[in-house]
Amino acid sequence: MDALLQFIFSGVTVGAVYALVALGFTIIYNASDVVNFAQGEFVMLGGMITVFAFEAGMPLPLAAVLAVLATAAIGVALNKLAIEPARGAPVVTLIIITIGASILIRGAAQLVFDKQLHRFPAFSGDDPIRILGATILPQSLWVIVGALVVFVGLWLFFTRTLTGKAVLATANNRVAAQLVGINTAWVMTLSFGLSAAIGALAGVLVTPITLVSYDVGVALALKGFAAAMLGGMGNPKGALAGGLLLGLLEALTAGYLSSQYKDAVAFIVILGVLFAMPQGLFGKSATERV
Amino acid sequence: MTWRNKWLQLAILAIAIAVLPLFFPSGYYYRVGALIFVNALAVVGLVILIGYAGQISLGHAGFAGIGAYACALAPEHLGLHPALSPVLGAVVSGVLALLIGRPILRLKGYYLAVATLGFGILVSMVLTNERALTGGPDGMQVADLGLRAVLRDLGWRLSGGEFWYGASGIVLVLGAWIALNLFDSPTGRAMRALHGSEVAAATVGVDVARQKLRAFVISAVYASVAGSLLALQNGYITPDVAGFLHSVEMVTMAVLGGVGSVLGATLGAAILTLLPQVLTVFAEYEQLVLGAVMILVMIFLPQGLLPSIARRLRGRDE
Amino acid sequence: MSLLVVDGLGITFGGLKAVDDVSFAVAPGEIVSVIGPNGAGKTTLFNMISGIYRPGRGRVSLNGTDVTETPPHKLAEMGLSRTFQNLQIFQDMTVLDNVLAGYHLTERGSIWADLLALGSMRRRADKAREGARGLLARVRLDKAAEQMAGNLSYGALKRLEIARALALGPKILLLDEPAAGCNAVESEEIDRLIAELAAAGIAILLVEHDMKMVMRISNHIVVLDHGEKIAEGDPATVSRDPQVIAAYLGTENAEGAHADG
Repeated sequence: MDALLQFIFSGVTVGAVYALVALGFTIIYNASDVVNFAQGEFVMLGGMITVFAFEAGMPLPLAAVLAVLATAAIGVALNKLAIEPARGAPVVTLIIITIGASILIRGAAQLVFDKQLHRFPAFSGDDPIRILGATILPQSLWVIVGALVVFVGLWLFFTRTLTGKAVLATANNRVAAQLVGINTAWVMTLSFGLSAAIGALAGVLVTPITLVSYDVGVALALKGFAAAMLGGMGNPKGALAGGLLLGLLEALTAGYLSSQYKDAVAFIVILGVLFAMPQGLFGKSATERV
Repeated sequence: MTWRNKWLQLAILAIAIAVLPLFFPSGYYYRVGALIFVNALAVVGLVILIGYAGQISLGHAGFAGIGAYACALAPEHLGLHPALSPVLGAVVSGVLALLIGRPILRLKGYYLAVATLGFGILVSMVLTNERALTGGPDGMQVADLGLRAVLRDLGWRLSGGEFWYGASGIVLVLGAWIALNLFDSPTGRAMRALHGSEVAAATVGVDVARQKLRAFVISAVYASVAGSLLALQNGYITPDVAGFLHSVEMVTMAVLGGVGSVLGATLGAAILTLLPQVLTVFAEYEQLVLGAVMILVMIFLPQGLLPSIARRLRGRDE
Repeated sequence: MSLLVVDGLGITFGGLKAVDDVSFAVAPGEIVSVIGPNGAGKTTLFNMISGIYRPGRGRVSLNGTDVTETPPHKLAEMGLSRTFQNLQIFQDMTVLDNVLAGYHLTERGSIWADLLALGSMRRRADKAREGARGLLARVRLDKAAEQMAGNLSYGALKRLEIARALALGPKILLLDEPAAGCNAVESEEIDRLIAELAAAGIAILLVEHDMKMVMRISNHIVVLDHGEKIAEGDPATVSRDPQVIAAYLGTENAEGAHADG
């Protein structure tokens, strides 16, 4: 029982990270129909930039803010330099471009930073908190609360602000959005910036627990995508639920089956969803217009 | 016209393979050449998947890994002759591709990208983790094919480099021949048609999901055979062959040379295989260069190098 | 005996009834036209009949078989072929290959024969090639056979789609605005071609904005407005129908302003 609770704690923690990656996917996917394979690299950048700014002597909070802002800028640059010029290209082309961006960012991070594993101190110390016989790290609470705050923030943004509604309108019908005067190029910029910032935030929050190196992005992208699919592509609620569920599945697999193969869970989930319910948990089936 | 085109392309390829050794300054270049041909073979498979059928895979190195480890494992554990191991690898790869591809290929393009990405990671995870069987990250020895010894007994003495240069070259020409046959066949037309418009292809009777699956399985077999050849010629194999980076290298070679063109694929493979030989610092910059090539080619030369050059030349003629 | 029977067909997109309770039938050798203002649901109706959309309500039957949920490639096997209003050409294939793709059902065979270029494959392909060249000549595209389809003019692409659709040897042909964007000569050619096909016993279902053409060649006309069938009958009856005049002909003055439907 204690063990189960322990697995649940660790599952929810990594699940919150996957949810953040999945939310990042969702924002860009909704605004542009692009599946951004460089999403995991945003998480890596968030962690790495914080590490190096902190080690250079910057106070941790400032280093974290710098990491989020710098990553957001990289996200915007990615859109301007690589996605916008290929507007309207076939899906395969866009996939190759974003996977290229992912490799490019990895390669750059390896040169600018290094190939080592890094961490920085947890925000509120490393003393585990005991709950019902299991323990949870204070940093895990930071991750979980962070994911919830981002989710609520996004929900408020999309339902309460004019800009958020403009993003949704663009997602719904690009041409119509342009006709009613929405600057869809700005919406794209915003989506990439926001998505990158959320990814970076996930990296900042989770690095003290899982550590970071230049090559963690691909696995995170895969898991974030699995989470997004599990919840239903394009659905923010689904991204949150899918992320948490995937995290739990992974932690339980690691705990009860094999810790070596916990990373296989994401792939099994992807195949399972494709076989059994391609629309995911919260997705709607749609008739595509020809 | 297309008939002539096919034999022209094959002739260019075969002549290049036959003539290049005349310019080799040392025996080492046979090794490099053999590596180029092996990479090119895998990339020709991707030409069928990406160029003909318009689908993508980010995990084809997984199939290369299966082909490679089949050669390492089957002779020892199943008592299979080393020459038959590539066949076993190809069958396993093909069946796996069939099983994974069936549910995925009914859906939109990026599902295949993600699922294949996951598949590749899974294969390299298994190869890395199952130390007892695969030797883990350190890799394992691969038994010799034995064919070179047979040739020696027949009085034909070849160095390892020369032998594998010839053998990989022959397999590449064979692979190119099959890919070019497919291009101008009913199946190839159906694949290219669904690439152009899935709706229109379906309305002329093409079973779109089935043809995508065929392209996926065929390309998986190409990758598997390439992996087998790599294992056999190196005599040693590590899980890197199945790694994500290897998958990305393959896609980059394909898009760089020209994803619809068999000769282009070979050119792309040659360029990206030679780069690390020419630039010793390349290893440091490899990911940076691969990523940049993918983005720049997709934006500025979506057809790839060779078709773009060909178009320019033709434009000048007219 | 009707070849195609459409019975109570309907579909809803996001709460909007794009097509509602539409019924009609087409017999072999008959030319039936579906007309109506832009947005009346003509193309949506075509997409349901040809299996691209799954209808929300109603049934489609072909030759007495219920084909309501049948996917497009199966319908093709049953003899239903179509063209598209917003061209669906295989741009990166030659003109000849586009038509050859239309021969898919007759030229397909063993995958091994295709991979190894066996004689059986070449015989199948040669036969299809012969037929394809004939069809290209019929739509006067034989000289462009080896060109990339993407380089053709709009009118030529329209004719290419018809040739590709004919390659199936269809029993019924759905033509979605075959004459749109064509000049007077081209449009007259298409007109004549349709009449020939019908005379050869092929059932034709036509969506067309060129009213003169519709009135001249149709045996039967179905009028849609806001997704509903408001009238049907022979050209003379339909053109006198006050509801049709109000709904459709009233908007015809604005016809030049919109090319899509």
